[in-house]
Amino acid sequence: MSLWSRVANAVRGERLNREIDEEFESHVEDAIAAGRDPEEARRAFGSASRAREASHAVRASARIEDLVQDARFGVRILIKNPGFTAVVVLTLALGIGINTAIFSVVNGVLLNPLPFPHPEQLVALHESKPNFANGSISYPNFLDWRKDNHTFAAMGLARGYGFSMTGRGDAVQLSAEFLSDGYFAVLGVRPVLGREFTSADETPGASPVAMISEALWRNRFGGAQDVLGQTITLDGKNFTIVGIIPASLQLQVSNFQDSDVYAPISQWSNPNLMRRGAGLAFHGIGRLKPGVTIKQARADMKRVTGNLAAAFPDDDRGIGASMIPMKEQIVGGARDFLLILFGAVGFVLLIACANVASLTLARASGRGREFAIRAALGASRGRVIRQLLTESLLLGIAAGAIGLLPAAFGLKAALHALPAALPRANEIGLDFRVLAFASLISIATGILFGLAPAWRVAKENPQTALKEGGRGSSGGNQRTLSAFVIVEVAVALVLLTGAGLMVRSLVHLWDVDPGFNAHNVEMFSISMPPAMASATVQATRAKHLEVNEALAEVPGVTAVSQTWGAVPLAGEDDQWFWIDGQPKPRTNNDMNWAIDYIVDPDYLRAMQIPLKQGRFLSRLDNEHAPLVVVVDEVFANKYFPGQDPIGKRIDLDNFGGKAAEIVGVVGHVKQWGLDSDDTQQLRAQYYLACVQVPDDFLLGMRSGSNFLVRYQGNLAPVLGGLRSTVRRMSNEEQLFGEQTIEDIVAGSIASRRFAMMLLGGFAALSLLLACVGIYGMMAYLVSQRTQEVGIRMALGAKRSDVLLLVFKGGARLAATGMAAGLASAIGLTRLMQQLLFEVSPTDPGVMAVVCVLLMLVALAACFVPARRAASIEPMRALRTE
Amino acid sequence: MAKTDALQGSLDLLVLKLLSRRPRLHGYAIMSAIAASSGEVLRVEEGSLYPALYRMEEAGWIRAEWVKKETGRRARVYELTASGKKQLGAEESRWQAVSLAINRVLKEA
Repeated sequence: MSLWSRVANAVRGERLNREIDEEFESHVEDAIAAGRDPEEARRAFGSASRAREASHAVRASARIEDLVQDARFGVRILIKNPGFTAVVVLTLALGIGINTAIFSVVNGVLLNPLPFPHPEQLVALHESKPNFANGSISYPNFLDWRKDNHTFAAMGLARGYGFSMTGRGDAVQLSAEFLSDGYFAVLGVRPVLGREFTSADETPGASPVAMISEALWRNRFGGAQDVLGQTITLDGKNFTIVGIIPASLQLQVSNFQDSDVYAPISQWSNPNLMRRGAGLAFHGIGRLKPGVTIKQARADMKRVTGNLAAAFPDDDRGIGASMIPMKEQIVGGARDFLLILFGAVGFVLLIACANVASLTLARASGRGREFAIRAALGASRGRVIRQLLTESLLLGIAAGAIGLLPAAFGLKAALHALPAALPRANEIGLDFRVLAFASLISIATGILFGLAPAWRVAKENPQTALKEGGRGSSGGNQRTLSAFVIVEVAVALVLLTGAGLMVRSLVHLWDVDPGFNAHNVEMFSISMPPAMASATVQATRAKHLEVNEALAEVPGVTAVSQTWGAVPLAGEDDQWFWIDGQPKPRTNNDMNWAIDYIVDPDYLRAMQIPLKQGRFLSRLDNEHAPLVVVVDEVFANKYFPGQDPIGKRIDLDNFGGKAAEIVGVVGHVKQWGLDSDDTQQLRAQYYLACVQVPDDFLLGMRSGSNFLVRYQGNLAPVLGGLRSTVRRMSNEEQLFGEQTIEDIVAGSIASRRFAMMLLGGFAALSLLLACVGIYGMMAYLVSQRTQEVGIRMALGAKRSDVLLLVFKGGARLAATGMAAGLASAIGLTRLMQQLLFEVSPTDPGVMAVVCVLLMLVALAACFVPARRAASIEPMRALRTE
Repeated sequence: MAKTDALQGSLDLLVLKLLSRRPRLHGYAIMSAIAASSGEVLRVEEGSLYPALYRMEEAGWIRAEWVKKETGRRARVYELTASGKKQLGAEESRWQAVSLAINRVLKEA
């Protein structure tokens, strides 16, 4: 039979049935006419409906018709049991919804290619140095790399910056990037208007040009077409606008971030720009030539950097190029985290499936009589199984449709609550692949939880089913149901263990002493008026002191310090030095490194870092006084082990080798984060006074400065006071980039906290589902064994014995599941090592707590069924059948 | 249901043979004809006959047509198709081979 006639038959199903009826009627008529007793003729026909089942199956060969019929019947059955249907659909919708949501994140972040042409050719470029595997690239090195390599079609270099824009109303702080020429061409991004930088723009002394973002163009320039050629005043310098960068560019890689303004690197007035050994936070990107592998590029760059090391041993010895596929660079850090979450929600879905499967199974065995009658009437076993599977598929699809809603609408909202730690968050959305995934898991779930009941039905002998009064062969069902419960408990244990480990990690992290008191410290920047751009060294110092004093006057402020070097957890900066008296090391790589904090005397009070020995910087350590330095304990132990560091001197490379006397020792600060600071190589720290820095450095601070203040009481009035104080100084100065140090500390563990919250949520969900599963199982058992319990009680069992019987049954199931879960947890939690902090993936404490919790929940779930069992009236129970 | 399998081959054969002799029979007529020509030994039940008819119709061995009966009711009459004739030949020779073999076994025993 052709497919078409099958389809036609399916559609004509009713007509077909009528025709068959008509033929049978005609047959019976003939039989009666031939003298047979009408009643007997009809009976002799066999059961008309049986004949019809069989005939029908043949006539339509009717898979599709069956399907339509099964679906129609299934919908009817499901509507008739709204409670069952609602529970199943909601349970599955929850599982499918969170799976779809997490998958869409995985899809957007990990699976989708980067939104650039030939993204596989893109790499992130760094300098590999003795202290940093992926360190910053010096500008001269980058120029040589770009010139000498044979494997890259193009290379670009970038570094973030902040400009103060003036001349268009109040001064505005703009995010900015210094770029090499052709940076956007590497990505394959074209300006919506104008052009990007050429090598002419990048030559030193070229007239200043800038590109601006589409958003800035629309907001500040009204989207005017004649914006090209107009000037924009940045840090007091006029830049000619040459291009508009499309708003569609949203990229964060290494030190590049899509910004308001872009300027050529040569426009950066940093005296160290052309120093080959300078680490100025430039990082690169590159596009490999077509067909070139990253391995070939690495070999090529090894040659290039080798030549440079030979030519410039002082600066480039030991320096290589490291390259990482760009997608890896962007999303690599989030991969483990996302895959763990994805695995966790997969587990939740598994539990949901097991729950629904046991519900369906219990219900299917309740429908044993229905199936047996249909089988006796000639419906084939396959037909009954198909019916069951159709029902579960309907449930799965309904759940998928419902589950997609929160995934579609809740996701965007959820992403806003997400820490900025997640890369490519803006690219997450519902696309074809997510929808395909949702449909696939809906159908797979439908089949997964539908198979077990269908399988049980298939094995059932219709006759025993009829005899057993529709209860089905309960022994087999109990075994299958028990298996489901065991799986649920096991999976719940794995999830709970994961969540427990995260909680412990975070507790440990919160307990870590960062070395300072983050409470009530606010950090912000102030841009200086453009007129300051030509200020002298004296004037600059005076200006900074004036600002300090003005800020200190603000009510609520108890300590003020500028901070020009590193900021704990928020900004790194380092310097070279050597011990005074030793010869200056020949190359930079032989120098000693330390993290430098360039601050004012009040810094120690602002951050409440403990003073261990000697004194901190004071107001007497000014530009006329001898150069002094305060070191931390790590520095003291590393460079002056077993000695008194006070009075010792170190020679600072940035100060032209000038010697600084150590006047004090303070506590170590966890610069690199609460978790990883101890494992970093570069940990020694020292503090210098802002007023004592060399003139060229000081002149670099004419455009603006960063501040830390400690305050009392509420932040809002203090911040308001700070703002109005700054505004009073001039309308060209402005306060921006304010954040609390507490937020910085919290942000440093935000992704962990996020993982903990999600894992905890999923674990709670799985616990709830497992609890429902155990409850359902025990309730089913009790209802199945009413007679048995009745007999036991008639024979003298006490109610407490019955209670115990049920609790024991539940406990045994839970214990089996927990044993299986522990084994899996030990294997699986190792995968989340990266997210843990000072907790072993197999932490016995966590596992013990989780086991106790699960057992309590299991016993609680048994409570109602146990009470029901204990309240069975023996005589009534025995009479019920 | 499975137990009809053994008989099915022979039911097909009987129906095909009858239709080759007397085209355009309806279901009841086929049933009576089988009973009559077997001397009331072979009785085909309706529950087996109609599924067999529909199956053979699907296979294209027979085709059906509605005709008006004297009573005003419609009856569905069946006749052999070309491929049904071929099938009949094949079934007949298979039956001959099988019964020959069975007879031979019975004689030897």
